Amino acid sequence: MTQWSGYLGLILQGALVTIELTLMGSVLALIMAFLAGMGRLSRFFVLRALATAYIEFFRGTSIFVQLFFAYFVLPLIGLELTPLQAGVLALGLNVGAYAAEVVRGAVQSIGREQHEACIALNLGRWQGLRHVILPQAFLVMLPTFGNNAIELLKATSVVSLISLADLTFQAQVVRAQTGNTMVPFATILVIYFILALLISWGVRSLERRMARGLDGVRV
Amino acid sequence: MEWDWDFVWQIMPTLIQGVKITILATLLGSVLAAIVGLGIALARRSPNKALSRTVGWAAEFIRGTPLLVQLYFIFYVLPDIGILLPPLVAGVIGLGLHYGTYTAEVYRAGIDNVPRGQWEAAKACNLSARQTWTHIIIPQAIPPMIPALANYFIAMFKETPLLSAITVLELMNQAKSVANTYYRYIEPITLVGAFFLAISLCSVVLLRWLERRYGKIER
Repeated sequence: MTQWSGYLGLILQGALVTIELTLMGSVLALIMAFLAGMGRLSRFFVLRALATAYIEFFRGTSIFVQLFFAYFVLPLIGLELTPLQAGVLALGLNVGAYAAEVVRGAVQSIGREQHEACIALNLGRWQGLRHVILPQAFLVMLPTFGNNAIELLKATSVVSLISLADLTFQAQVVRAQTGNTMVPFATILVIYFILALLISWGVRSLERRMARGLDGVRV
Repeated sequence: MEWDWDFVWQIMPTLIQGVKITILATLLGSVLAAIVGLGIALARRSPNKALSRTVGWAAEFIRGTPLLVQLYFIFYVLPDIGILLPPLVAGVIGLGLHYGTYTAEVYRAGIDNVPRGQWEAAKACNLSARQTWTHIIIPQAIPPMIPALANYFIAMFKETPLLSAITVLELMNQAKSVANTYYRYIEPITLVGAFFLAISLCSVVLLRWLERRYGKIER
């Protein structure tokens, strides 16, 4: 009889790494999403072009290739990254590109009368964005951001291939040590699913919380 | 390390081999995903509660867990219960099942978009359930969802490098083996990225055309 409790500890350690990656990747993705999303709506051609190039590049190539690029090719041009840094960088930039389109779409979905109201109240561009447009747009973005976060969680399994000890990696270790394939893989599938459920539940409650007080405003 | 064009031309034939397998896997996976998606969408509409609930949960589970782990599961766990699959077949099944759960949502939206009057007209004409589906609903539901389906097929294309983890000799795996033979990472990995970007950009053009030709639906 195999000592499953020890192996379970190993898998839970992997779960911690997966959670850490998901959180750090999400933060980077969120930052990139707002930078690139607002960049695409900018008045300046250079900013628009830069943001579009970033989005098209990261959406057009596979996350897998980006990760390998960050881990194997960047050191050759003098940028040494640990597996964790490479993982966060690739995941954040990739998902950020998808989320940037969400930001753009949400900001554009805010009606013209809101922009006109900002002008009528003599708010500056930044003030209008900060106090009127973004609070409403953010609510529109949230559900899709939740989906993006789940995509990011699932993409973290790829980092096991650059030797980062996440859930999938630990499952492979357990498989190699016990010769049992069924148990470790079934376990991590369930753990991934629970994490995904947690994210969608968290986003839904955040959405309810943010929607408070906006009842009259939203159509 | 310098970029070496001679080396690029030397490895190009091997990479083209990989591209062929990548495209083959994408095409087969797309066909399977289209069929599985339709199956899931129909099962979820079934009046049989047990069937629709079970399929709904299974689809939710597959969508909430990483493709990489599912591939490992198909490739390493199924042989334990006597199903031994060649890598490419396992990969195509993994891709098809995973993306089938996504295309199911597209089908659902497409079917919901068929006006209620059509159902009533079918009933008024005394068509059986089967005739209603094959002659009235499906022909009207499918064309508007073609762009959304194509979108998922492009996403699937970008996930195919994961198949290298279960030893399918597709583009990424060829590049890795070339890189490991010559200890040069910069050209193979960059070329893989370039191939993916080129094919994705072409498919984006195709997608735009499909959108113009068939119109969009809300997902």
